[in-house]
Amino acid sequence: MGLEAKLQQDGFITTTIDAIIAWARKSSVWPMPMGISCCAIEMIAAADPKYDLARFGSEVMRFTPRQCDLMIVAGTVTYKMAQVVRRIYDQMPEPKWVIAMGACTSSGGMYRSYSVVQGIDQFLPVDVYTAGCPPRPENLINAVMTIQQKISKTKARDFQDKPFAETVITNN
Amino acid sequence: MPLKKLVTEKLKNNFNESILDVSDFRNDLSITVASNKILDIAKFLKEDPELEFVMCKDVTAIDWATRKNRFTVVYHVYSFKYNFTLRLKCNITDEPPKIDTVSLVWPSANWYERETYDMYGIVFINHPDLRRMYMPEGFQYHPLRKEFPVLGIPGSLPLPEKI
Repeated sequence: MGLEAKLQQDGFITTTIDAIIAWARKSSVWPMPMGISCCAIEMIAAADPKYDLARFGSEVMRFTPRQCDLMIVAGTVTYKMAQVVRRIYDQMPEPKWVIAMGACTSSGGMYRSYSVVQGIDQFLPVDVYTAGCPPRPENLINAVMTIQQKISKTKARDFQDKPFAETVITNN
Repeated sequence: MPLKKLVTEKLKNNFNESILDVSDFRNDLSITVASNKILDIAKFLKEDPELEFVMCKDVTAIDWATRKNRFTVVYHVYSFKYNFTLRLKCNITDEPPKIDTVSLVWPSANWYERETYDMYGIVFINHPDLRRMYMPEGFQYHPLRKEFPVLGIPGSLPLPEKI
């Protein structure tokens, strides 16, 4: 007894456009794997069969920002790298979300040092912070699920005035 | 003749007044030389057929903070012929600190010297490409100097604007 049984007869459902768009968005979040250091290894593990991020529709890691909705910043962000991270973020089309994965990304972590940005929220709008050094794959999956909850509460018109990628790229 | 004695004797015979100190602590031969003679000594160590220190493994520096001659540049050079590493030290007397480059003798020193310049602000005279190695171009400070705070100087490194 599954979905097929319901499909025996003609039927319909009623919903709102917002709900169905939010459902579609949250079920197919494509991450941009911004793997900068060791957290990236756990991010890879999360996508592997054992943990299987695909269960949450997020297995399509795209190595171009132009196809992504979610940036997983996984690793130590130095001041030099911050410019690059931001430039890649700017190329992602709206709507987009950010996970700060691990201690370094969230707060500088053990690198309390002149060269490391003490938290990427100084230059990116972070949606979910993930604890751990590095966080286990379950923890990253939990972060993706938290993003899904956040997306499910959005309305389609929240994003209608946001610019497309091409218009926001700046040379800096 | 034992190898360490050979190296020391040869250097003393050729650069007598420029060899300031010889130490053999924990089996590491370390020779302090005058900073104005480093280029000649480097050439000699590399080209002498009995020594052949053909590889420069590292160039770095020490900031002594309170000493009069504040910076010491340290070289590690290696002889394949004897499987032997020699440490050379130069106390720098100039202010601002500067010393001749050895990258014309050992090309591998090119990037080591850039790193040392980046971190300590020691200028290597005649270096072919003395740019910073790690820190962004335009950065004003030298992070491994003792007076530099661990967390850096606020505002000295640009960040993208907050969204």
